[in-house]
Amino acid sequence: MMRDITITLAVNGESITQTVPPRLHLADFVRERLGLTGTHLGCEHGVCGACTLRLDGAIVRGCLVLAVQADGGSVETIEGVTDSGEIADLQAAFHQRNALQCGFCTPAMLLTAQDLLRRGGVPDRAAIREHLSGNYCRCTGYQAIVEAVEATARARAQAAP
Amino acid sequence: MSSPLDAPSSLVGRPLPRPNLARLMQGRAQYVSDLVLPRMLHLAFLRSPHAHARIGAIDLAAARAMPGVAAVFTGADLAAVVTPWVGVLSHLKGLKSAPQYPLAVERACWQGEAVAAVAARSRAEAEDALDHIGITYEPLPPVADMETALDPATPVIHPALGDNLAFERRFTAGDPDAAFAAADAVVTADFRFARHTGVTLEPRAIVADWNRAEQRLTVHQGHQAPHMMQDVYARHLGLDLAQVRVVCHDVGGSFGLKVHAYPDEMATVAIARLLGRPVRFVADRLESFTTDIHARDHRVTARIGIMRDGRITGFEIDDLTGIGPYSVYPRTSAVEANQVVNLVGGPYAVADYRARTRVVFQTKTPMCQYRAVGHPIATSITEGLVDLAAARIGMDPVSVRRRNLIRDDAYPCDSATGMKFERLSHHAALDKLLVMMDYDRLRAEQARLRAAGVQRGIGIASFIEITNPGPAFYGVGGARISAQDGATLRLDPGGFVTCQTGVTEQGQGTEAIIAQIVATALGVPVARVRVMLGDTDVTPYGGGTWASRGAGIGGEAAWRAGRALRDNVLAVAGSILQAPPEGLDIADGVIVDAADRRARLPLDELARLVYFRPDTLPGGMQPELVATRHYLPRDYPFAFTNGVQASWLELDPQTGFVRLLRHWVVEDCGRVINPLLLDEQIRGGVVQGLGAALFEHCRYDAEGQMLTASMADYLVPMAGEVPEIDIGHVVSPTAESALGAKGAGEAGTAGAAAAVANAVNDALRPFGAVITEIPITPETVLRALGRV
Repeated sequence: MMRDITITLAVNGESITQTVPPRLHLADFVRERLGLTGTHLGCEHGVCGACTLRLDGAIVRGCLVLAVQADGGSVETIEGVTDSGEIADLQAAFHQRNALQCGFCTPAMLLTAQDLLRRGGVPDRAAIREHLSGNYCRCTGYQAIVEAVEATARARAQAAP
Repeated sequence: MSSPLDAPSSLVGRPLPRPNLARLMQGRAQYVSDLVLPRMLHLAFLRSPHAHARIGAIDLAAARAMPGVAAVFTGADLAAVVTPWVGVLSHLKGLKSAPQYPLAVERACWQGEAVAAVAARSRAEAEDALDHIGITYEPLPPVADMETALDPATPVIHPALGDNLAFERRFTAGDPDAAFAAADAVVTADFRFARHTGVTLEPRAIVADWNRAEQRLTVHQGHQAPHMMQDVYARHLGLDLAQVRVVCHDVGGSFGLKVHAYPDEMATVAIARLLGRPVRFVADRLESFTTDIHARDHRVTARIGIMRDGRITGFEIDDLTGIGPYSVYPRTSAVEANQVVNLVGGPYAVADYRARTRVVFQTKTPMCQYRAVGHPIATSITEGLVDLAAARIGMDPVSVRRRNLIRDDAYPCDSATGMKFERLSHHAALDKLLVMMDYDRLRAEQARLRAAGVQRGIGIASFIEITNPGPAFYGVGGARISAQDGATLRLDPGGFVTCQTGVTEQGQGTEAIIAQIVATALGVPVARVRVMLGDTDVTPYGGGTWASRGAGIGGEAAWRAGRALRDNVLAVAGSILQAPPEGLDIADGVIVDAADRRARLPLDELARLVYFRPDTLPGGMQPELVATRHYLPRDYPFAFTNGVQASWLELDPQTGFVRLLRHWVVEDCGRVINPLLLDEQIRGGVVQGLGAALFEHCRYDAEGQMLTASMADYLVPMAGEVPEIDIGHVVSPTAESALGAKGAGEAGTAGAAAAVANAVNDALRPFGAVITEIPITPETVLRALGRV
């Protein structure tokens, strides 16, 4: 087995130095080493999207990135994005429209939706559905999720100067 | 007197957002897969690579020497501490199965069956050690194909059982031979329903903890029925019920998949007991696909008789279903087939019916109850036949349904199979559906597009749904699964109310609706009600949440407990205020005069006096600010709901692709407690039915090897493939309960695939092609068109 490797990275703005086995993926790293369990594991094949988090500003599958690949990078998880208030409006829209049931897909769904919303404008429902199509939800009919994302886009567009 | 449920102040019926969603949205939920306990070990299982094999020598020495490994176990090790189980129920006459163990003993009977277990410091180290277990298998002939499972040449999987027939039921009502002889036309079809599975996004997860000092087992599990599992663990580990606590925290999807007892979970609990420290097992996705229960897998030859005027004369079905090598414990794997027999033809006034079902063993992943057990099969057969018959006599699908659906004024009545219908609304639901979808305009659009070479189809499916099951479901057959449920309410000194309920939450919104019901029953703001569920140490004994029983049974128990606590509170208030209790009411958390609504005493002040200054209460008054009520429907063995769905889709005859354009549902679940939650629950059910219709398939090869055991190979619907789904309601409350709720968890799944299949066939009609199998893949379409 390969020797452990020491990595330093920022997680939700906090500098972290840890020694990790090369095979440890980023989702397991934040879950098991840092206790940030909002990043979920649904398939570990890069399909279901439940492990979505941000690496250097872009959403990635936490199960397809090794922790050592994030060395020197900046990771944001649902906990960090929540605490910064960045998606408070989106979370409120999810709550109002009941856009989640069991909630297991929800943190990743929020991060993926925010990735679309950060591009600005008001995407139509087909574009929202397309963008969310890498994130499985088995409980809802996706409709409330689409509505929550659409409503947030409209609200942000109106609030924009 | 009108019910407080109908008062303007009632919270029941309002689209209130669920409480406590913040933790789910912020990544701060507590799923079992998140749980870490001190000294916890992780399990990984060595699983049979063969569908059927004799297990030879097992050498554990090298695995035991691997880094981080605490212990390694074989089937024999665990069989010594766990008694085997057999998934049969006495009321399913003739049902047989073989003893099952936590880890396979001597023989593995499906690819994925656990054979050995490693407990290690981490899951990764446990998996590393699996590679070092020395094991020899002697492959045995697989029994993969259910169609040949009963052939004399096919090996018998469990020789002690004599054959591979787990269960058979025959049923006849009226005179089906005469009904078919008298029909102007008889249409026969061969329906095939692929195996599929639930794919909960959080895999099955369990953390078991045996405390040697307390001699007590605590099991944290993502499950729907904690009290059932408490009984299962106690029974098979030789413990008293009081020694076992089962706790269900947040559960990442269940859909009936997490309502069974799985061998690897029994192994986890047994190993925790043997090691005296917490042990965790979380299935990975490969394990989920090969060990979570599968569902459906039916082949049904069916026919319908019809008169030229559209009257249906009779139905007949011959069903065959494969359930894997064991009937699953403790609910059994014969229930789906039994439901199919019970439900075919259910929406229609047709007295002549014959059915046979045969449930056979095979060496594939065990099959058992998944959302809408049997309903999608029965609905697809019935509605498929009705559409084929309508096409044969040249009648519109809507007209033939109007002609035959049980009249809305015919209730109460029985189905041909003896199902008792209290009150259904097939015609009102159909009327509403046609308005919502603008049926005539859609037909005109279809004709116009067809002329332009665009093939669109409309499919309609009426359905019934069994809910609120009484003891007839499991209890009478000997299963220790509670049919009744309870709720305990306590008024706290701050004027807040805690509600402990035996029904459970897996995201449906159980917690939310129970809070709305309690708040309305008692007269307090909903924010003052805190609901506690999913813990056998805490809640009244109950069944949990499955078969759409949460609202109808758990909700009614909560209502009755709320009214009982209100009576207790008003008795105390009357004593304090020196006023007759019947002249008082509780509104928004304050005792008021019933007549003029004048505020008399806030609840927190009443509670303060009761708890801290009982010396000031009038003599002899002993307040009871706790109330418990239980509920079980007694007039009917189960409730029935009904509804109708419609699908509008486009089919490309060149590629075989089907694009879903719109979907409509009108359903009647009785009183609606929270339309916001209800509508998305129905949509979610629809989407699982759409998956079955078009995508989901556990494919196997002839050797019994699963070919679609990853999410890349097994397709589930994504946002881009799912259409907008419009929901409407007709409300026919059950008169049996004050609440009148009948349940809605399975309505969406019951009819969605049938509506899609009928729409596909509607689109195919110009080509003279018919499809009677799901999933309807592009290949299926092209085959039907003779293009591949």
